[in-house]
Amino acid sequence: MIKLINNSRKLIARVALATAVCGISTGALAASGKLVIVTSFPSDLTKVFKAEFEKQNPDVKLEILKKKTTAGIKYIQETSKNNKTDMFWASAPDAFEVLKDDGLLQKYSTKVTGIPPKIGSFPIHDPDGYYTGFAAAGYGIMWNQRYLKAKKLPAPAEWSDLEKPVYFNHVGMSAPSRSGTTHLTVETILQNNGWDKGWASMKRMAGNFKSVTERSFGVPDGVNSGNFGIGIVIDFFGLSSKGAGFPVDFVYPSATALVPANIGVVSKAPNSEAAQEFIEFLLSVKGQTLLLNPKIRRLPVNPAIYSQAPKGFPNPFTDKELQGTLKFDLKLSKNRYNLVNSLFDVMITYRKDDLTDATRAIHTLERKLAKKPNPKAGKLLDEAKALIARLPITEAEANNPELASVFTKKRKKATDKVTGRQAEIEAKWDTFVVNNYSKARKLAAKAQDML
Amino acid sequence: MTSNSTTRKSFLRLPDFSATQWGPGTVATLIAIFLLVVLILPVAKVIFVAFQEPSTGAFTINNFIDFFNASLFRESFINSFYVSAMSVVFATLIALPLAYFTTRFNFAGATLIQTFGIIPLIMPPFVGAVAMQLFFGENGSVNLLMDEWFGFTIPFMEGLNGVILVQSVHFFPFILINLSASLQNIDRSMEESALNLGSSGMRLFRRIVFPLSMPGYVAGASLVFLKVFDDLGTPLLLNVNNMLAPQAYLRISSVGISDPIGYVISVILVAFSLFSLWVSFLALKNKDYATTQKGGGGLLKRDLKKWEKVSCYSVILLILCFVMAPHAALFLLSIATVWSFSPLPDAYTLSHYTEVFDTAGDFISNTLLYAGLAGLIDVLLGTAIAYIVWRTGIWGRKALDFLAMGAVAIPGVVLGIGYLRMFYHMEVPFSDIPLASFWGIIVIALAVRRLPYALRACMAALAQVAVSLEEAAESLGATKTRTIRKIVIPLMSGGILAGFVTSFATAAVELSATIMLVSSEADAPLAYGIYVFMQSAAGRGPGAALGIIAVLIVGVGTYLSHRVIERSKRHRGES
Repeated sequence: MIKLINNSRKLIARVALATAVCGISTGALAASGKLVIVTSFPSDLTKVFKAEFEKQNPDVKLEILKKKTTAGIKYIQETSKNNKTDMFWASAPDAFEVLKDDGLLQKYSTKVTGIPPKIGSFPIHDPDGYYTGFAAAGYGIMWNQRYLKAKKLPAPAEWSDLEKPVYFNHVGMSAPSRSGTTHLTVETILQNNGWDKGWASMKRMAGNFKSVTERSFGVPDGVNSGNFGIGIVIDFFGLSSKGAGFPVDFVYPSATALVPANIGVVSKAPNSEAAQEFIEFLLSVKGQTLLLNPKIRRLPVNPAIYSQAPKGFPNPFTDKELQGTLKFDLKLSKNRYNLVNSLFDVMITYRKDDLTDATRAIHTLERKLAKKPNPKAGKLLDEAKALIARLPITEAEANNPELASVFTKKRKKATDKVTGRQAEIEAKWDTFVVNNYSKARKLAAKAQDML
Repeated sequence: MTSNSTTRKSFLRLPDFSATQWGPGTVATLIAIFLLVVLILPVAKVIFVAFQEPSTGAFTINNFIDFFNASLFRESFINSFYVSAMSVVFATLIALPLAYFTTRFNFAGATLIQTFGIIPLIMPPFVGAVAMQLFFGENGSVNLLMDEWFGFTIPFMEGLNGVILVQSVHFFPFILINLSASLQNIDRSMEESALNLGSSGMRLFRRIVFPLSMPGYVAGASLVFLKVFDDLGTPLLLNVNNMLAPQAYLRISSVGISDPIGYVISVILVAFSLFSLWVSFLALKNKDYATTQKGGGGLLKRDLKKWEKVSCYSVILLILCFVMAPHAALFLLSIATVWSFSPLPDAYTLSHYTEVFDTAGDFISNTLLYAGLAGLIDVLLGTAIAYIVWRTGIWGRKALDFLAMGAVAIPGVVLGIGYLRMFYHMEVPFSDIPLASFWGIIVIALAVRRLPYALRACMAALAQVAVSLEEAAESLGATKTRTIRKIVIPLMSGGILAGFVTSFATAAVELSATIMLVSSEADAPLAYGIYVFMQSAAGRGPGAALGIIAVLIVGVGTYLSHRVIERSKRHRGES
């Protein structure tokens, strides 16, 4: 043992030496053409782009830093005083909005031509010029074919299909507070159906949830393993899982929002020249074509590329099903961003078990009622459903900037005043929601006894 | 890094101040300063918002009132407590036979069993979760087969009971390692006296052996309790959100929010962890576990009768099969082409290993370096703190112990953000690299996060060394330092090794703090590599392959450490 410790003493001395040497040598390296990109994209995507870009620009060395979107934002915020990051590269436009609001991005307009201003109704590039869209993504439903076959379930096609009792305990989704892309899905459903109806539909779907995953990739992962059969996902998760050989399929429901995935140059970037070069590369014909790689499968923003796409690959510029995509109000979404996330968590993520119990009771009642109609029990059923759908706040309240500001909590100045605390409000919502769920369950049980 | 090496130096230079209190006093002060810089300040920089009025920035305890007013949080607290307590019970049931059989009987393959016993602690992030679901999940191999053969399924992985199951399988090695070390340290003469007085069998175990091994058991059990209480990986994997640690994590890491309640929960986690630690101290209080005869190989080992051997082996085999199942699934995943909703993969391939082959080299050497250094720092600090607590009367020595243990309850992401805040604007000397981007910071972060493991092991080891041995050495003219080096540390070696192994093994797969601090792929450890792969559907196989590599590294490391200790023990026994 003593020998061991003696040896380790030597080791520490050696390490101390190595440390000093390392420190100096990496210091010298920083001066050369290094381009540091913080990204949430998987290595399947980044390594393809890195290889090609470095081939075209032999002097520049790409340093890819993989962090999930939320951690990436935190990292750039925390390190802004001594910034070493050149670019931020991720899906959700709202993540870029957060950075833009903090003054952490710099303006750049691409020189590439041939890219339309909008995809669906969504501007491809930030109208203010702080970030650039390079690929589009839509939201949809993926499922495991073996799972559906074994459990004898039909394949879903629309959001509303997921509300059906056959899918009880078969659906998975991520929480919008956990992933920017999921947030957009929820907003899409809310904006498409309206606040009250949208949430009611969301909760009927949530009643069928098997799990609310902690990260957005947890959903395709769960479907691929067969842990649950159906997942609400962004298209490339579905398309690339299929590309990787899993027995899964993917569909866009008629109400989907196509939104661009983006890249932006971080303000005070050490190497903004190379950063701009990289944006040009992403939008070039070569860069856009790389998106069609079976392990990547994202939708190029240059319409000319689709001629090279494999058969059956969606084309947002010509496909009918993607033409009717609704108008997505980014400003509305941004203003109530945290509030919607928090509401989802309070009503669904944290109270999934209560919601599942109530939903099970309602489904059982519905089955029994179908066999043996009973107007009195039918009335109780409607009441129970209404109880579940009930919201702790109205749309007007949700859109009120004063309430929303409780959830942002980013005081720009020390003098900014915010009334109320998030935890206080959430606790109130929680009591409201839990009471309603349990009342609904009891009503449904009572109605079952009548039959 | 610097403050740490000073700690170390002065610890080994004790001769200069020997025989007085201020030698250890200096060490204690240096350790305290080190912990202040790498633990207290960074964490304080993050969690001070728990005491801040969100609207005005003024000091307040309203956030804590909110916590206790919310039924969700009260429920989470109770759930966390229940799960932790039950996990200790089940972990004990798994660990006790393994520890007892391998230390008390002459048993072929004891080292191997001890090594296998630690593997469950090393569940690589993400891939481990996927493998578990594929095996035990509602539509995993086991349930698919059961459904086919018997027409029913067992919800292994559902709800709180699922968490208890997975946690006890995951964390029982804490008890196994510390209990085994303790059992090996028991004075043979105690047992012999008991035998002479006519006690044997179960009674001997209940009245003599188990009570004497209490320091190790309590060290292990308290670690299991604390770890389960603070762990978020498993509840998140099973999508159980109504527990404290996941509540804190989910709230802290949400997009663009700085809701103080996440930090309030962190403060409560730390406070409760320290409280339960204090309770575990009470369990050992006023009892003397030190025995004088040491180094002779510990407990009497006896040979087993044939049928005893058969039943012992079958019990051990059963337990090992059960606890190793997730790793078997992980291995299958690493050689599977597609594995989806079926008991076994569709086909097998080695291509995942070739795919990770190019990148794995850097990851492996980084992991070995980081986890090895972190483990080393941990046992050094652990031994020093244990000595200060048990052997000196320095003011505030208990506080030092609590301080170091506090790290167990700090969520990795909080520590990671704290380090970024604290060290990013400092630069590594002679360069323009921020200190937070320097890989050494990852080592420090790992060391701080895993210090509690090593510390508990060292504390338990020292509790079993009789002071009279040191007094004897000193009265024969040895200086204090010489006594520590020649008597105390060798006698503690089992515990120190146990500490090193747990720290090293768990540091090798740590991700939550690492992911905040990795600033270039060349500096990244294996866990980060797995994370990167596990972001895409095609990356599952390569991720699993990296996971298996991580498990192998830790397994080999553990096995070698056991061999080293066995050899040194035999060596001492002969001389």
